[in-house]
Amino acid sequence: MSIFVDETTTVLVQGLTGGQGRFHGLRNRDYGTKVLAGVTPGKGGTDVEGVPVYDTVADAVGATGATASFVVVPPRFACDAILEAAGAGITFIVCITEGIPAQDEALTYNRLVREFPATRLLGPNCPGIISPGKTNIGITSGDIALAGGPVGIVSRSGTLTYQALHELSQQGIGQTTCVGIGGDPVPGTNFIDCLEAFEADPETRAIMMIGEIGGSEEERAAEFIGSAMTKPVVAYIAGVTAPPGRKMGHAGAIISGSQGTAQAKMDALSAAGAVVAANPTEAGEKMVEIVRSLP
Amino acid sequence: MDLFEYQGKQYFARFGIPTSAGGVADTVAEAVEQADLAGYPVVVKAQVKVGGRGKAGGIKLAGDAAAAAQAAEAILGMDIKGHVVRRLWIEHASDIAKEYYASFTLDRPAKLHLGMLSAAGGVEIEEVAATNPEAIARLHVNPVDGLDEATARRWVDEARLDGPARDEAARLLVRLYRCFVEGDCDLAEINPLILTTDGAVHALDAKVTLDENATFRHPEWGELAGGEAEDPREQMAKEKGLNYIGLDGSVGIIANGAGLAMSTLDVVNQVGGSAANFLDIGGGANAAVMSAALEVINADAKVRSILVNIFGGITRVDDVANGVIEALSQVEIRSPIVLRLDGTNAEAGRALLAPHLSARVLAEPTMLSAARRAVELAR
Repeated sequence: MSIFVDETTTVLVQGLTGGQGRFHGLRNRDYGTKVLAGVTPGKGGTDVEGVPVYDTVADAVGATGATASFVVVPPRFACDAILEAAGAGITFIVCITEGIPAQDEALTYNRLVREFPATRLLGPNCPGIISPGKTNIGITSGDIALAGGPVGIVSRSGTLTYQALHELSQQGIGQTTCVGIGGDPVPGTNFIDCLEAFEADPETRAIMMIGEIGGSEEERAAEFIGSAMTKPVVAYIAGVTAPPGRKMGHAGAIISGSQGTAQAKMDALSAAGAVVAANPTEAGEKMVEIVRSLP
Repeated sequence: MDLFEYQGKQYFARFGIPTSAGGVADTVAEAVEQADLAGYPVVVKAQVKVGGRGKAGGIKLAGDAAAAAQAAEAILGMDIKGHVVRRLWIEHASDIAKEYYASFTLDRPAKLHLGMLSAAGGVEIEEVAATNPEAIARLHVNPVDGLDEATARRWVDEARLDGPARDEAARLLVRLYRCFVEGDCDLAEINPLILTTDGAVHALDAKVTLDENATFRHPEWGELAGGEAEDPREQMAKEKGLNYIGLDGSVGIIANGAGLAMSTLDVVNQVGGSAANFLDIGGGANAAVMSAALEVINADAKVRSILVNIFGGITRVDDVANGVIEALSQVEIRSPIVLRLDGTNAEAGRALLAPHLSARVLAEPTMLSAARRAVELAR
């Protein structure tokens, strides 16, 4: 099984007619994802390589019955796009947009919680979700993933998500689902949401978790691992050598004082029983050992 | 983006938050001019983006023009924790009855706005938080609801601000919240927020951090940038629109994505090297970005080898390869380059680069082997 999505998930792409939307939307379709529609205001009635485009999400949902959305629109329009999707009944939204103001993210997240509790948002500023062999919604290169499980991956960093997939696939270890939660200040889906879903998924037998400096999500995840998880977890945290007090790319990756340092996160994860690796390659190797010793 | 105190106060003024009358000075003569305007006694304050100015001697009281000149003379050029003072803020000295603390920021785990208010202001608030946490009244605000005056009033009562300050403080906090939200701040902090002897409440300091992601809707932010000397490498990178942080090592790093870039720094460190920089060329990096990144690294005299670590997602590896080829044809790259390319369109990218590989331009199959090779070459 997979978490959040599977081979039956039907998807519309908000921003399909843009450069990135077209490239990744069609690449998702080529992977086997059921990409049923695109949405671009003012371009309704056209199509992108056979995928019909609608003016609104409501139109697209009405015509195709899509239940998930892939949001690929610029930062200033992304939050409206997310709320439009939720308002039209979409229950799973992947937003890859990077650079959304934190105030907009906080407002949008809280509006979703209050007005559309049935909708899950993944991202923003995330690579998306891939369940190898079943569906791929987002910007992950499908050919680096390997179907068949038994590992679930959850990661805060986009490119390190790819690195993790790659390390496992190279060793012949497949993945059930790989979720990139993104590094922004207010992610729609967090580590614990994913760990909980992986714990409940019978096909996922071990979990790889990739975190980075800043915030306290990894520490909270460690608490959850220690108290509520039976499956083995291998963790890697990026940013051991990052200078303190500097913003490293992500809005999320800031450290101030000793809070949110890589070491503090690694210590918390280790104390919770996770296997902590020093680099992505070592994380792959440790996971290989764990998978090979599974009964 | 962190603002200087004077910029923070000017920003506060846009939202009707009262501050002391004052002005900016870059020379002793200007300082005296501003002091005359503000009316004596005045406070002469160093403008640096670092805490602990007072302890370092960067804030001085002056009763007349001669004292103001003397204070300005002493503070201009002063080094405060590595920050050289080039600008002063001069304001009329307030008659302080009480010092409070107020701030708004985002509580990331709670995914809500967090207001903090304390009757014990004027000192390091971290110290208060650690030794006497009950002295800080915390208020979570849901961004959907916002903050109204009635709620602010209850909060002020809970923080046990002095009676005469309560009404004005509640009004000021609503304005500070508006500044935080509509002004797109990551942090809006007043320490101290003061009650004067004649019963007025105003901001004696301003610590404002703006969210650069919101720049597109704040044309007025254009005039706020600059003012403090930066690492020349960072200056050059900024001009080219790159996300760069200068470090002290000898291996120049170019990677895509903050996580992979940080991880590359870590791995270089683990195999015995040290990174010269952090450089994230971001998602969707193209040939022009790659070429600009190589130019910035090339300009760093300490760099002895360059490690390019790309895992394509939204970034297409063939675009990256084209950027490397373009840079090689345009700029004399002083250091050997080690490339590790994977992900979206990786095969096309590697094929493009194949004819350009040499003893100076090398390809490695993994992140770890590429880091090892780059560290060897830097020795």
